[in-house]
Amino acid sequence: MMKDMMPHFDLVQPTDVESALDLLREHGRDAWALAGGYDSFDWFKNRGKQPSVVVDLEGLDELKGVRETGDGIEIGATTSLTDVENDPLVRERYGLLAEAVSVVASPQIRNGGTIGGNICQDTRCWYYRYGMPCYRAGGNVCYAGAPDAMNREHALFGADRCVAVTPSDSAPALVALDAEMVVRNARGERVIPAGEFFMPPGVDITRMTVLDPDDLLTAVRIPARWAGARFHFEKVADRKTWDFPLVNVAAAFRIADGRIDDSRIVLGAVECIPRRLTDVEDLVRGRVPNESTAAEAGELATQGARPLSYNHFKIPLVKNLVARAVRSA
Amino acid sequence: MAERSSTIDPSAHRGALRADDAPWEGLLANLPGRGNVSRRQFIKGVIATGASVSAFSYFAGPAATSARASVPRLVSINVNGQARRVDVLPQETLAMTLRYKLGLTGTKLGCDRAECGACTVMIDGVAHYSCSTLTQRVRAREVVTVEGLESPDGTLHPVQQAFIDELGPQCGFCTPGQVMAAAALLEANPNPTREEARRAMSGNLCRCGAYDHYLNGVMRAAANGQAVAEEVSNG
Repeated sequence: MMKDMMPHFDLVQPTDVESALDLLREHGRDAWALAGGYDSFDWFKNRGKQPSVVVDLEGLDELKGVRETGDGIEIGATTSLTDVENDPLVRERYGLLAEAVSVVASPQIRNGGTIGGNICQDTRCWYYRYGMPCYRAGGNVCYAGAPDAMNREHALFGADRCVAVTPSDSAPALVALDAEMVVRNARGERVIPAGEFFMPPGVDITRMTVLDPDDLLTAVRIPARWAGARFHFEKVADRKTWDFPLVNVAAAFRIADGRIDDSRIVLGAVECIPRRLTDVEDLVRGRVPNESTAAEAGELATQGARPLSYNHFKIPLVKNLVARAVRSA
Repeated sequence: MAERSSTIDPSAHRGALRADDAPWEGLLANLPGRGNVSRRQFIKGVIATGASVSAFSYFAGPAATSARASVPRLVSINVNGQARRVDVLPQETLAMTLRYKLGLTGTKLGCDRAECGACTVMIDGVAHYSCSTLTQRVRAREVVTVEGLESPDGTLHPVQQAFIDELGPQCGFCTPGQVMAAAALLEANPNPTREEARRAMSGNLCRCGAYDHYLNGVMRAAANGQAVAEEVSNG
């Protein structure tokens, strides 16, 4: 483990978003947008990524804080996870998100880590992180998918050459809440539904989100639609603190006359992107959330799973977590 | 034989060292209790000398003329209530600055990857990992390290005293980080439940496994703090 300095980069600390966007456009792939730094510094210290210009987002006050909008709330991308967890609006209306960010990493990381960083963080596949020339790193092989590879944490679904998974706890919650991502670059702003924000390996294997090098995620909007709904979040990891999920589930339910009127059920850490279970949502619509509905939902959730050598255990995990989510509705 | 042993007379040898050791003279003169320099003080002095020598090369060398870097090199950061002038690289972490430029070696570097908590400090009263915080980010903030907790008269911080009373540390390497995490918790929540304290301390690893001792210490510090607060309010 190296404990020397990170390699040199130029640090620029803009105080307005326009300057930050100009810098990102000017330097393109040589630039790196720095939020909390908990993902970035790992890369820099291990020499995995070596940008020449780092654009520090800390000074951009307009990217911080939770605001009420006409339809729901807007969370600035560099709001710390602790601030999201403790925000009265988030707690009152979107307990699902408060719950999800409360189990991210450790208290100190939540104090410095940001919601935008948690959404945009890179995958934890250790072959990739270790600097192996895999598909994701621009090479032509997947080390984690090999029969004897250490792939206990990897994907059950949607693998396309790369078997890495999304490591985020907040991302499944945001997909379940029908959130929208506000993305800006020097040319303008666009708003992307959370369900379309994450990048499957089959489309572009070298990135985790739709963000281009000069794009900046500036805010997350959560519509009123699911405010105050019945929520369920559960994360299973090897340790209760610090660890990334083996599987997590975020679910939102609207109940009418004791039956599930509408729902969102989203899994994390089983696919490269948060996996929304639309077929399970269809199955439980109009049904009483009892034991048999839950069992059927759990069974359906595992359909199509293609386990690797060492991650079979995730199948019963998915089954039980989805069943528990439905039972809780 | 007798003649030979007289040539290594220890007092003569010490005198010779003094004369040849002119470069250290200034350094030793600045240390408290000169003539009785402890190992720790000596090492810290060497760290300070190394920092000033290497800083000189930054100003003189070509590395100083980096056109794009808009962050200043010579910055002033507030550490333990004092404004400290220090030469900081753009990519330098706070842990590096504290330990190797300011000689505040109470802050430990365990993993340097935000995975152990030994480097925990308070920034504006909130616990952060100093190994994963750029020093350039704390220019306008207030940093408190474990050295800054005790009061000027030498009274230990309630958390420090409680950790001693509860035999919190074993090997002691994680202790400064544990102290800072606990102090930050009590600042935000002076009367935590044991579960809240457990959660607040969950970002600090202890390889000795003394978690329950530390937790007892946090609860004792909180109880002592409550007792003091009641005493004050009762006049």
